Amino acid sequence: MLITCPYCGPRDVSEYTYQGDGNRTRPDPASTDQEAWNAYIYDRLNPRGEHHEIWQHSGGCRAHLKVTRNTLTHAISSVGFARDAGHRKSDGHRKTGAQA
Amino acid sequence: MAEYSVFSLLRNAFSGSPDWKPAWRKPDPKPSYDVIVIGGGGHGLSTAYYLAKEHGITNVAVLEKGYLGSGNVGRNTTAVRSNYLLPENIRFYEHSMKLWENLSHDLNYNVMFSQRGVLNLAHTPAQLDDLARRGNAIVHSGADSVLMAPAEIKRLMPGIDISGTARFPITGGLMQWRAGTARHDAVAWGYARGADRRGVDILENCEVTGFIRDGDRVVGVTTTRGEIRAKKVAVAVAGSTGHVMNLAGIDRMPIESHVLQAFVSESLKPFLDTVVTFGMGHFYVSQSDKGGLVYGGDLDGYNSYAQRGNLPIVEEVNSEMLALFPSLARVRVLRSWGGVCDMSMDGSPIITTGPLPGMYLNCGWCYGGFKATPASGWCFAHTIARDEPHELNAPFTLDRFHRGILIDDKGVGSTPRLH
Repeated sequence: MLITCPYCGPRDVSEYTYQGDGNRTRPDPASTDQEAWNAYIYDRLNPRGEHHEIWQHSGGCRAHLKVTRNTLTHAISSVGFARDAGHRKSDGHRKTGAQA
Repeated sequence: MAEYSVFSLLRNAFSGSPDWKPAWRKPDPKPSYDVIVIGGGGHGLSTAYYLAKEHGITNVAVLEKGYLGSGNVGRNTTAVRSNYLLPENIRFYEHSMKLWENLSHDLNYNVMFSQRGVLNLAHTPAQLDDLARRGNAIVHSGADSVLMAPAEIKRLMPGIDISGTARFPITGGLMQWRAGTARHDAVAWGYARGADRRGVDILENCEVTGFIRDGDRVVGVTTTRGEIRAKKVAVAVAGSTGHVMNLAGIDRMPIESHVLQAFVSESLKPFLDTVVTFGMGHFYVSQSDKGGLVYGGDLDGYNSYAQRGNLPIVEEVNSEMLALFPSLARVRVLRSWGGVCDMSMDGSPIITTGPLPGMYLNCGWCYGGFKATPASGWCFAHTIARDEPHELNAPFTLDRFHRGILIDDKGVGSTPRLH
């Protein structure tokens, strides 16, 4: 399985670390809504087909990527930066890759 | 239906085998049943068997989307053990072990259960302490477990590298002698035959495409072989849990499906007569009666419903085998395949009523479902028949995650690929 990193090009899956399901939304850290936290931590969409997920190119440029991959065929239909999809908001104060 | 015995074997051996009959019928679906079990794997078949045998419920259909034995029951690496740490798990798996010990006799079908022992290796003093603690917990709960020193291990398996210069020197191991292996296909066939002869319909090539609802209540399923109604619908579909529950309108579950690869080497002369697991990675190996080494390791590590994996794990698993047994370096891999595992958020299963009225759920087996086959079906049958869990599966609820009473044997939290 090859994942095409926006910076580094197509690289083997062994260079990447799977960060899991990208369909989850982390509640506001100040939230005390038990049910929202439980759902975030334990519940998964787990579809058979197109799946939005987060990978890190840990053996390369270390960028966090949002990948759309088919769980039945392993075909990857899109790769983008996770931050563009609204993930890892805590990193938002950093420069984007293009500016860095 | 044919009884299997040494006499029937001899009679057929000397007469050109005219008397063997199919082990189970191939019936057409009836319009309705008392119980439908979705999933004709080990757990679904054993559920049907124990529904008929223990609870007298014989108007049962088992729905299998492919052919019988095509899923994980024919894809696992056949190890059976009960050496868990937490009391809920030990009790459940020890019950399973006791059912295994009598299974061939109970089914009148040789499942080739071989109590050859399962040895977990330690490679650091701390890891050995941890195994000692686990062993004490196991013995305390009534199962068997014994610590072994490197010299004893070497006597048991001469091929293993116990030298101090090994990449991960071996400091000892924890052995469960009553653990071992079983012929996985025979388990499926034996349960299928046992259920069939008690009146259960086993419907192969019958894939569920949707659920029939009466308000909230599940009252049947639509399948590739037509509509089938039932008073109770039980789901035991392992890796396909996410997909099947989605058909029932439940889109989020505490389950991720992951692919696990397994391997068989070319046939060797007797080399290893126990099951052994590596402690500095994730690797397990045994030798089948045909002589092939049957082994596997970690999940591929990403969500997958594909029954095949990728090459990095192939390399990792084989390198782990060579770390233990350097002499196998030139042995060739004969076959590899993948199975889809229903990884739960705490590494423990779910056997429960619900989550919808009229529905019963059995899932979350991670990659340890084979050893649980008898107890899983036994407990699930009880849960279906009585509409309440047996004491043994009462802790394995679906809502335990949201209630904060997890059963996390390995203690790695809600990252299912690590269980």
